[in-house]
Amino acid sequence: MSISKVVSGVEEACSGVEDGMTLMLGGFGLCGIPENCIEQLVKLGVKDVTCISNNAGVDGFGLGKLLSGHQIHKMISSYVGENDEFERQMLSGELEVDLIPQGSLAERCRAGGAGIPAFYTPAGYGTEVAEGKEVREFNGKPHILESALTADFAFVKAWKGDAAGNLIFKATARNFNPMMAMAGKITIAEVEELVPVGDIDPNEIHTPGIFVQRIFQGKSFERRIEQRTVRPLNSPS
Amino acid sequence: MLDKNGIATRIAQEVRDGWYVNLGIGIPTLVANHIQKGMEVEFQSENGILGMGPFPIEGSEDADLINAGKQTITAMPGAVYFDSATSFAMIRGRHVQLTVLGAMEVSVNGDIANWKIPGKMVKGMGGAMDLVASADNIVVAMMHTNRAGESKLLPTCSLPLTGVGCVKRVVTNLAVLDIKDGAFHLIERAPGVSVQEIIDATAGELIAPSDVPEMTL
Repeated sequence: MSISKVVSGVEEACSGVEDGMTLMLGGFGLCGIPENCIEQLVKLGVKDVTCISNNAGVDGFGLGKLLSGHQIHKMISSYVGENDEFERQMLSGELEVDLIPQGSLAERCRAGGAGIPAFYTPAGYGTEVAEGKEVREFNGKPHILESALTADFAFVKAWKGDAAGNLIFKATARNFNPMMAMAGKITIAEVEELVPVGDIDPNEIHTPGIFVQRIFQGKSFERRIEQRTVRPLNSPS
Repeated sequence: MLDKNGIATRIAQEVRDGWYVNLGIGIPTLVANHIQKGMEVEFQSENGILGMGPFPIEGSEDADLINAGKQTITAMPGAVYFDSATSFAMIRGRHVQLTVLGAMEVSVNGDIANWKIPGKMVKGMGGAMDLVASADNIVVAMMHTNRAGESKLLPTCSLPLTGVGCVKRVVTNLAVLDIKDGAFHLIERAPGVSVQEIIDATAGELIAPSDVPEMTL
């Protein structure tokens, strides 16, 4: 008998999120972000949250919505380029920002979910990322010690999910979602399509439902494209 | 002197049959357009695809299928999607044979700076630090001088570093240079560029043989 993770909707899914909490949000750019939960966090008006997310959205969409409401106290990201309000808040000191290499960010989330408190990586050695961190040589090459990340809530977006919380992601919308699902004390999955248990082939599941505490089918997904690049119909490939 | 496509054409000659290649944003992205026909090469984008194809036909773009520059792309037959931890396992674990990326500065000992200008908006390093720290084979694609005409090939980098002692080859609009033993070594000249022009545009120690071949493009 599977354990049902289904909640009634985004309101129930996001209940318990409080001021000052640490939140993880999946996505790369605007691809695979938990749009419905971000809307709900704006509605709830939670303040002083720390957001762990590879990027910070754009003005008026994604995490840009939380930024414009001054709800974020600190961002932990690898790249935050595309957002004027972000830049303004960072330069004025309203927003604390911790920039970390993308692979280290992914692995720190994975480690957090996998019960590994820290790991050594060569990324960032000799740079300001290494400041204050333990350095140790392995096979003649220096590495720095990076610690695991966890969150009070992790918000992930999947293509398909079943009532047991098993998830399948689509194309490159997978990105950080699986590791963040592992690293959340409470992980909330919003899916485009919620199916009954048994409808998904167990061979094809990307994230096992054990990592997901709440799941719901999102009301709507804008799935905004950040950089629309195309070629004309008759061009060579 | 080469334009951006010329630099990409020259770097494409570095690619070998059967290689997995990660291309950075900007000039490196153009390298994909110049791979020799018949070569089996797969492009990795660190946001989670191996087997990246060209931009989609207008109207068929998919918000869920992008590259690390957030551009809409397509997937080639045999492509695979994966999460970010797996992606950087490919990179950190040295399963990717070639990394091509841009730079603001490169030094004679192979240091690279390409992510931060103090006092200006800091956008972040993205995956660049992971890429340069792990790849065996890093080629930097850049203009030889900055907009102010100052050399980007320096005795030491002045900007915050992305990685130390990692760059082995640089391809610019003027030349191909290798980095070894604490100096730049001039390997090839761009068409129509003299050795003296390259010497003048290189601030770090440059070792130039008396006869330097011109690139064949």
